[in-house]
Amino acid sequence: MEGVRVIVKNNLALVGLIILVPMFFCAFFAPLIVPHNPVEPDLKNILSPPSWTHPFGTDTLGRDVFSRVLYGSRISLLVGFVSVGIATMIGIFLGSISGYYGGMLDEIIMRFVDLMMCFPTFFLILAVIALLEPSIWNIMIVIGLTSWMGIARLVRAEILSIKGKEFVLAAKAQAFSEKKIIFRHVLPNAITPVYVVATLGIGGAILTESALSFLGIGVQPPTPSWGNILTQAKDNIEVAWWLSLYPGLAIFLTVMGYNLLGEGLRDIFDPRRRYQS
Amino acid sequence: MLSISELTKTFEVRKTAFSIKKHVISALDKVSFFVEKGETLGVVGESGSGKSTLARCILMLEVPDSGTITFAGADLMDLTHNQLRTYRKRMQIIFQDPYSSLNPRHTVYYTIAEPILFHHIAPKEETRKRVIEIFKNVGLDEDFMNKYPHEMSGGQRQRVAIGRALATNPALLIADEPVSSLDVSIQAQIINLFMDIKEQYAITMIFISHDLNIVRFVSDNIIVMYGGKILEMGTKEEVLNHPLHPYTQMLMNASQGKFSHYKGQDIIDISGCLYYPRCQRRKAVCKNSVPPLTGDKDHMVACFKE
Repeated sequence: MEGVRVIVKNNLALVGLIILVPMFFCAFFAPLIVPHNPVEPDLKNILSPPSWTHPFGTDTLGRDVFSRVLYGSRISLLVGFVSVGIATMIGIFLGSISGYYGGMLDEIIMRFVDLMMCFPTFFLILAVIALLEPSIWNIMIVIGLTSWMGIARLVRAEILSIKGKEFVLAAKAQAFSEKKIIFRHVLPNAITPVYVVATLGIGGAILTESALSFLGIGVQPPTPSWGNILTQAKDNIEVAWWLSLYPGLAIFLTVMGYNLLGEGLRDIFDPRRRYQS
Repeated sequence: MLSISELTKTFEVRKTAFSIKKHVISALDKVSFFVEKGETLGVVGESGSGKSTLARCILMLEVPDSGTITFAGADLMDLTHNQLRTYRKRMQIIFQDPYSSLNPRHTVYYTIAEPILFHHIAPKEETRKRVIEIFKNVGLDEDFMNKYPHEMSGGQRQRVAIGRALATNPALLIADEPVSSLDVSIQAQIINLFMDIKEQYAITMIFISHDLNIVRFVSDNIIVMYGGKILEMGTKEEVLNHPLHPYTQMLMNASQGKFSHYKGQDIIDISGCLYYPRCQRRKAVCKNSVPPLTGDKDHMVACFKE
C-alpha cells in the first residue's frame, strides 16, 4: 500500500499508470470486449470508415480494426514482458556474477558484453529471423538475447558499490553462507534500478516487435499485431487514414506509458529522495 | 585469547587510473600484541594509521600479507573457508557508520534475528525471546522491532548494530570507531552501553578510536598506532599517566584542547622513524634508523628519546 501511495504521488508514474492500466485491462479481457472477430473477413464492408459498428473502421478485408488493435495489444504486452523478462534474467545473472566475484570472470563477462553491444541489434534480429521461421516466440527470444547488456552492466555496477558497504562486511563477519549474503544482502539492494531499466526496456521491445512485424518478419498474418496492421495501412494511407492512425496511436501511447512509468520509478527510487517523506 | 604477531598488510595503489607504477602503502607493519580473556584493548591513532585495517584483518575480512592471528588456539590464517566461519561467529565487529552497517531492507528485528536463526543459536520458537532480550540489553524499546534503519536515529542504529554483534554470543568484540559518527551527547550513552556489555557478557573487546578521551573509559590496555606501526603500548594507567612517545603526548594534549602550533616538515622518503617529520623532539638518529618497540610488559615504546 505504501508503494501505491508513492506511485500515485509521482505525476509521471501516475500518468504512465493511467495509460497502461486500461490497456492491461483491454488486453486481458479482449475476447470479451471485442465487437467482431478480429480475423474474420467481411467482404461487404471493406475499408469502411469509423462508425458505431466499427469504431476504428475496417481494413482491406473488412475486418474490424478496433478488434484487431485490441488483440494486437495482447501480442505487444506479451512481447514486452517476455523479452524484457529474458533480458532481465540474463542481465541480473551475468551482472551479479561479474560484480560479486570480479577478477578474471568479470573481465570475460564484460568483454562479452562489449562484443554484444557492437552488433547492430536490429540487423542481428533480422538475420536470425531470416534463418529461423518468423514466429512470435522466436522474436521474443531474440529480442531478449540481444538486449540484456545494459542490465548486466547496471547490476554489476550496483553490486560493486553494495559489496563494499559495511552491512555486507557485517554479514560476512557473521559467517553467513555465500548464498545468503548474495541473495539476502547484496542482490535485494542492487535490484531497484533494474525495475526502471526494465520498464523502459518494455517500451523498446514493443517498438522492435512492431518494426519487425511491419517489415513482415514478425507476427505473421492473420494474427493481428500493431506492426502488421500498419503494413496493410501503408498501401491505403490515402483512402483509409483510420487504418494507420489507431494502431500507430496504440503503439505511441503504450510506449509512452512505459517510458513515463519508468521515468517516474527512477524518481521514486532515486537514492537522494529515498529517505524523504 | 587473541594473539597477533608480526601482522603485515600492504595495499597497492595507482596514483591515477592510467598509472602503471603502483605505490605500495603499508597499512599494517609487523604489528604484534595480545589480548587476555575479558580484557579490553583500546587502539588509538589518527586516520590512516591502520586501525580499521587491523580490525578487518583480525576478522579476516581482509587477508593479511603475513603474520599470525591466533584466536582461541587456532591460527586463523591457516584455516579453510569453512573452518574460518566457525571462528568468525565467535568474533564480531561493530562498524563506525551505523548508516551503512545495517541492511536498509531488513527490519531491525530481522537484522538481529538473522544470525540467531542461521546459526541455530536458540531453538526456533525462542528466537523472538532472544531478540527481545538483546533489545533490552542494548537499551532499545521493543516498539522498534518492526522499524527499518532509515526510521531510526544514529544512536538507535548503533544500538541495533551492537545488538546484532551480540546475537551470536561472541567471545571477542571488535568496535571500530563505534561512536565517532554520533553526536557527543549520544556518544556518552553508547560508551556506557559498552561498559555495561563488558560487565554483563564478560566479553573480550578491542575498542578502536581516534579519541583518547573515549578510549580511556573502556580500556584496560592501550595501543597507540601511527602509519601502521605500534608506537606505544601498555596498561591504561601507564600510557595515559606517563606517555613516553612524543606522538602520544601530542594526542594527550590534543584531547585536553591544547594544540601545538609546530608545523612538521614534509619528508617523502622516510627511512627512520615514521613520526620523524612531525616530531618535536627528533634527533639525528631518528632520521635514518627505526626505533624498536622496547620496554617491559606494562609499557613499551618505540622511540629513541631515552
